Amino acid sequence: MTDKEWPLYEVFIRSKSGLSHRHAGSIHAADDQMALDAARDTYTRRSEGVSIWVVRSSQIVASDPADTAAFFEPAEDKIYRHPTFYEVPDGVENL
Amino acid sequence: MNREQALLAYVSRLGDNALILGQRMVELVAAYPELEEELANANFALDFIGQARMFYTYAGELEGKGRGEDDFAFLRDENEFRNILLIEQPNGHFGDSITKLVLFESFYLLLLEALKRCADQRVAEIAARAEKEIRYHLRHNTQWFLRLGDGTDESHERVQGSLDNLWQYTGEMFAADEIDQIFAASFNGPDLDAIHDQWMMNVTAIICEATLAQPGDGWMASGGKQGHHSEHLGYMIAEMQYLQRTHAGATW
Repeated sequence: MTDKEWPLYEVFIRSKSGLSHRHAGSIHAADDQMALDAARDTYTRRSEGVSIWVVRSSQIVASDPADTAAFFEPAEDKIYRHPTFYEVPDGVENL
Repeated sequence: MNREQALLAYVSRLGDNALILGQRMVELVAAYPELEEELANANFALDFIGQARMFYTYAGELEGKGRGEDDFAFLRDENEFRNILLIEQPNGHFGDSITKLVLFESFYLLLLEALKRCADQRVAEIAARAEKEIRYHLRHNTQWFLRLGDGTDESHERVQGSLDNLWQYTGEMFAADEIDQIFAASFNGPDLDAIHDQWMMNVTAIICEATLAQPGDGWMASGGKQGHHSEHLGYMIAEMQYLQRTHAGATW
């Protein structure tokens, strides 16, 4: 045994056809194939999914919490970006 | 032995193989080096125990004496278990466990594929369900076998030792006795010679890819299918049956 930890992988599960993959959690694995197996054995034991994606956590480019103000706050006062100013004509069922 | 007796013995034996291997794997629960593999092993063990339940329930119905799955699992003695010797061998180290599973499941998958086509509908249905589980097990365990064989010098050496040691128990899987012969003739059961040829091809390819040396033909152990077991089974059964033997009829 070595003390070296296996790399971390993020697991994404599609619960049924037509839906998108959602983040389910993470697992450790030595390689991609082992990661897929471990994801299957860990996160689909109760029929949670029909498709699995795994990706090395180190390969994910993530936003920096320090950038939160610059990244997300400018959107907070742009209420015109929400489609809430339209009046729906009577009789329109599917919009 | 008539065809009904052979069917009962055959189904019961399938249950024994599934239960004893499942119980062996249960011994490793909470003892695995990695959480992910721990879960995989526990899942696989429960797959086997689930298969044992289906075979035993059917065996009880065939027998017609009111015995159920628990009676078969917990209230029979060592010599009444007819599992093959390979799967009752101790877990040993990780490479031993993986090698045992690869050797057995390479055989079991072929057996289940053949059983899907047998003339007994209930056996065919159970086999169809079990086949999907075992196909995944074998895929998973084969990858480990390849990693260990083609891994470090130490893993290579140790898994070669596992293979050399366990090889002597593989012959029994293909040695047809009266029960196998009647089941093959009367219920369109598996042809063990044909399965042996296919198994040898598949296993040779895996051993080669794992950069391991295939053990040569040699003496093969036998007796499990007739109830003559190695010294390891008795301890296992004692542990497995302790609760039911001490508190007869105990339920959750």
